[in-house]
This record gives sequence, structure tokens and C-alpha cells, in this order.
Amino acid sequence: MNIGLFIPCYIDQLYPNVGIATLQLLERFGLSVTYPTNQTCCGQPMANSGFEHLTQATSHNFVTNFSEFDYIVCPSGSCTLHIKDHLHDHAHPEKAFSTRKKTFELTEFLTDIIEIKKLEAHFPHKVGLHQSCHGLRGLGLAQMSELVTAPFSKPESLLRMVTGLELIDLERKDECCGFGGTFCVFEESVSVKMGQDRVVDHIAHGAEYITGVDMSCLMHLEGILNRQKSKVKVIHIAEILNSAVK
Amino acid sequence: MHPQNKTHSELADQFNHDVERVNWHDKTLWFVREKRDNAVFQIPEWEQLREVASQIKNNVLSNLHDYLLAFEKNAQANGINIHWAADANEHNEIVHSIIKKHGVNHIVKSKSMLTEECGLNEYLHAQGIEVIDTDLGERIVQLANEPPSHIVLPCIHWKKEEIGELFHQHLGTPKGNADPQFLTAAARAHLREHFLSSRIALTGVNFAIAETGEIIVCTNEGNADLGVQLADVHIACMGIEKIIPQRKHLSVFLRLLARSATGQPITTYSSHFQKPREGQEMHIVLVDNGRSERLASNDFRNALKCIRCGACFNTCPVYRRSGGHSYHTAVAGPIGSILAPGFDMAKNADLPFASTLCGSCTNVCPVKIDIHDQLYKWRQVLVKNGHTTASKKIGMNVMSKVLSHPKMYRFSGAIGRWILRAMPFLVKNKFNRWYKQREMPIAANQSFRSWYLNQRRYEQ
Repeated sequence: MNIGLFIPCYIDQLYPNVGIATLQLLERFGLSVTYPTNQTCCGQPMANSGFEHLTQATSHNFVTNFSEFDYIVCPSGSCTLHIKDHLHDHAHPEKAFSTRKKTFELTEFLTDIIEIKKLEAHFPHKVGLHQSCHGLRGLGLAQMSELVTAPFSKPESLLRMVTGLELIDLERKDECCGFGGTFCVFEESVSVKMGQDRVVDHIAHGAEYITGVDMSCLMHLEGILNRQKSKVKVIHIAEILNSAVK
Repeated sequence: MHPQNKTHSELADQFNHDVERVNWHDKTLWFVREKRDNAVFQIPEWEQLREVASQIKNNVLSNLHDYLLAFEKNAQANGINIHWAADANEHNEIVHSIIKKHGVNHIVKSKSMLTEECGLNEYLHAQGIEVIDTDLGERIVQLANEPPSHIVLPCIHWKKEEIGELFHQHLGTPKGNADPQFLTAAARAHLREHFLSSRIALTGVNFAIAETGEIIVCTNEGNADLGVQLADVHIACMGIEKIIPQRKHLSVFLRLLARSATGQPITTYSSHFQKPREGQEMHIVLVDNGRSERLASNDFRNALKCIRCGACFNTCPVYRRSGGHSYHTAVAGPIGSILAPGFDMAKNADLPFASTLCGSCTNVCPVKIDIHDQLYKWRQVLVKNGHTTASKKIGMNVMSKVLSHPKMYRFSGAIGRWILRAMPFLVKNKFNRWYKQREMPIAANQSFRSWYLNQRRYEQ
């Protein structure tokens, strides 16, 4: 099984540790993982702003980098969703289509494809799980609070395998944080207010860390926490799942 | 009345100056969302019910022409006068002509978002006819000379103390009295006079049944019934999409509507109007106003399934924190944001961007409208039609160029990180809307790619 590691542009540039944790975690399960070094961005920032027509070249670049792998794994629900829903390549439409189908977000890959049942990881902290909307409502990583369906949560099941970790309850378990891509600057006030309200919920329930499958949401929440000089930190779920047993 | 010159983002920014009010608005509407959740989780077949409703509405939209003609025929056989209005103006003219025929200058109205869409109150006001909105929330915003901020809870942005003051000014209630029960009683007495003196009552329509030619109006206050029963003339105004095929289908929608709207199992009144009572005159105005055009659009037609429950408003984290008036359109919220650009792209080009595309609206929608997908699609249509700013266009073109070329991407990334570390003042300033209320991410020394290449070199 050859796995292509898809590291979103902002993780590559700003949060390399998330990429490192993802790579190490996958390799711990004996998987052969390659990072194609000419990858850039999935194109979502343009597409969600109404400029999907400008994503031809980024999409083509994505297909060129990734279409040969058996699976493509990404530590972001949002970028994965964009690939699954919108990847297109006029030069190779069938390649783009097959690439869509084999792209997986990290926690769904661990849960559904390699079906891990236990994990050697230790993280002795109180952790709040932020369900990012694209992971939750786009990829269906967990039961959604609006739908009358049976409860389940892929990220939560994985976190429950981590020793020492105490998962806190939240008053609003899957409300959006307000990042929303370019929404975070074009609708600055509402975006910040949404983020502040999420932070309040996590802090009120005693979180030491806020985790999630999307570093973009966490980057936004981190910006708010740091402005408030809060001691609460954000951490990507890959970093927790990869945390060594001491 | 609408502050048309300001965008959603500017109006939302104003709304957010009063944090206490935003918190209160958010919590009030979240409470309604929770009531909805409590109600729907008691129905194990809820998701199936949504699917059935969605399919019935799909069938209606695919056969709308035939259902409308059947409805017209059956309603006429029941003695109802049917009128067809191509647009808002025709609708207003038809209503006016009926009022004029009866020579009255004063009518009562209940439960109609369509008349808001058509601007009927303003139109009739200009003709010297006074329209009294009889539903309490509608009456409150009418006294305040404001449009509703929510399709089901029109004055949800008003606190009870403010309503006390408004009633003191307009209805002469004692100053400082904000007791909801007292204020409601005062409104009731005030409205009773209007009910008794009005010869014409206008209502909206929740559902119109093709098979029987009857209309159904769902209310909690019973004002539609009171108005219609006391008046000589009943005018009901409906969008052409309100049709359902048969009476048996109504049960599906009645189970969905109130649970989605307020968490009630059913509205207090589900009133069927099938024929005028003896001596009464009944009119139904069927309004197109852009609906046929939307019907022809594969991407956006399914917005016509909307039954106006308002669930997407209550769940929307943006709506709850920006208020209904920030949407500057008769129907606000997520559904309004996909309907409004269909009426006027230039005026409403900001609305599809007033969303994080979180998808909660789509999940609560009782008729399964793909609201957040339509928001995404509207963004593409708006940009293609030139409804975007020059700076955004340039920015997106630059971004696309950089991200299409791996070397350029890496170079820009390195420069960006270096600026964050070496010259943070270039980023940490008032021109950066991220930085206004959020710290910048801490720039890493090297990218993941650099680490990866170093590490693999070391391993080999």
C-alpha cells in the first residue's frame, strides 16, 4: 500500500509539526508513506471565494503529484473535502476522479481503511474536541447534532485510545468556530465572535487543550486564545495520537 | 427602510459593537434550535420524514404547471377568485384593485412573508391604505417602522423592555411596564379594534392543495382565523411553489413544519380555507416573482422547496451573531442568502459570502434543501457575473498563480515566514483584519517540506 502524504499549504508553512506527527503516526503502523515534494495547495481558498475557475492549475498540480498512489492521506478534513468534491483536471478527468475517491482525512483513514483498534499513545490532559464542519458535516466523521441518527465519532474513538487523556463535554458539541477560509477576514467581527464563543465553551469545561482534525480552525482559535493571553493551547489530533508513551 | 448601501459584513460589524446584545440574540435563537432538537429526536423516523417531504416537493416542482392548473380549477369550483401575478408589482396592483373595489382604506393582515417580499405594505401605504399586521411580532416591528428580522420570529431582536417602551409610545401602556403578559394583553385590545372594523383580511398561505383547491394557514395566535371570519373579503397571497398535490401529503408537512420552526409538535391552528362562507368573497393571488426562472435552474431550483420554517436561521452561527437586518432582505438567514441573489444579484452579492459553509442549515432543513452547496454555487455565479471587488479579483489571481507553481509557492512561503519573524510590524498592524482581534500564528523556522527533505537525506 503506497500512501501519498498530502500536507495542506498552511500546515506545510506554519505548522510543520502537524505534518511530522502525521507522517510518523502513519509510519508507526508500518505503512509506506511518501511526501510528493512538488505539492502546493488544493485550491480551496480560491474556490470558496467564488473563483473555482482559477483552480485549474492547482488541481492539475495535485493530480500530477498524487494520482499514482493507492491512497492519499491528509491531516485536514477541509482540504480533503475540497479534493473529494471539487478536484477536476481537464487534461486527465478520469485521473482526477480516481484521485478524489482515494483521498482520505487522517482519522477516517485510520478508522475505516487500516481499522486500527489500539494505539500506543499517552497524553495526560483535559482535552476539548473541536469538530470542524467540513470534517463533520462534509466527510461525516461523526454523528451530527442536527440529524436523528445513531451516535458515533471517528476522532473521538481514536482519542479514547490515548491513555491519560480526559475528553471534556461541551455545551455545543459541533458549532462552527467561524474560521471559514476568507470568511475570517471578510466577515471579521462575526468570525471572531464565533471563535470567542467556542473558546469560552472549551474553557468553561476545563480544557487544557483544544484539538481537532483541522489546523485551520485551530489556528483561528489559537489566535483568539493568544490574544486573550490564555494558557489553553491548541493541538492537532495527529500530534496527540503520535504522542509517545513515557 | 433597508440600509441597502451597506454590506452584510458592515452591518454585522455594527451589530457586534454591542456584545451583550449579540450574546443574548445568539442564546435566544440557540434555545429555539435546542427546542427543535428535543422535538425531532422524539420522532425516530425523522430523517425518513424529511426525505419523503423532499420527494413530494421534487414532484411538485417537476409538475408545477399541472398542479397549478388543477388548483385553479378546483378553487374556482369552490367559489374562490384566482388571480395570477407575474411579479411583485402585479401582485400589489391586484391586491390594491380588490381593496379599491370595496372602497376601504384599512385592512388587517396575518402570516405573510410573501407580502414582505413584494413590499405590499409600502405600496398600499402610498395609495392611502393602512395595513395592520395582526401577528404580535409583526405588529411590533411595524410599530417600530422596521422590517422583520426573522421569518417566524419577526421581532426576535427586540428585548421585552424595549417592547414595553415601544408600546408606551404607540399604545399608551404605562412607562416602564415590560411584563410580557401585560403587553400581550395590551396588544390584543389594540388589535381587537382593528379586527372588528376591518372589512378585508389578508393572509399568507402555508400550503395549497391541488386536489381540493383549499389553502392551509398555520398559526399560533389565531389571527388569520379571526381576521378572515370577521371580514367580508378574504385575500390570500401565495408563491406558486406552495402547492402540494393531495391532502394526504399535508400530514407530512404539518409534522415537519412546527417541530422545525419552534419545537412544537404542531402549530396551535392549522386552518383550512376551502370556500368563502355565505356572503363572503375570497381571492387567492398566485405569485411568480422570479420563481419560474429559478425553476429553470438546475443548481438553484430546489430552494423552491422551502416551507419557511426558519430552522436554518436558528441554527446558523452567523445569523445568530449578525442579526436578521444585516441581511438587508425580506427573507434573511441562510435560505434568504440563496433566494435574494435570484431577485437581484448586484444588491445581494454579499449574502452568499455571509456563511462559513458549515452545513448546519442543510442538516436542519425539513425538506432537504442543499443550502450550503447553493451558497457555494452562488459565489461562483456572482464572481462570473462580475459581482466582486477589483482587489479580491487581483488577490485571487495572484494567489492562484503562486499556488500553481511549486517553486513560487515555496519561495513566497519562506518570505512570508521570514517577514513574520523578522519584520512582524509589516503584518501586525491595523490593515490586517486577522490581527485586529487575533494573534498571528508563530512562524516556524522551516517548512514541513524542508524538514522532510533533510530527514530523508539523513536517513539515506
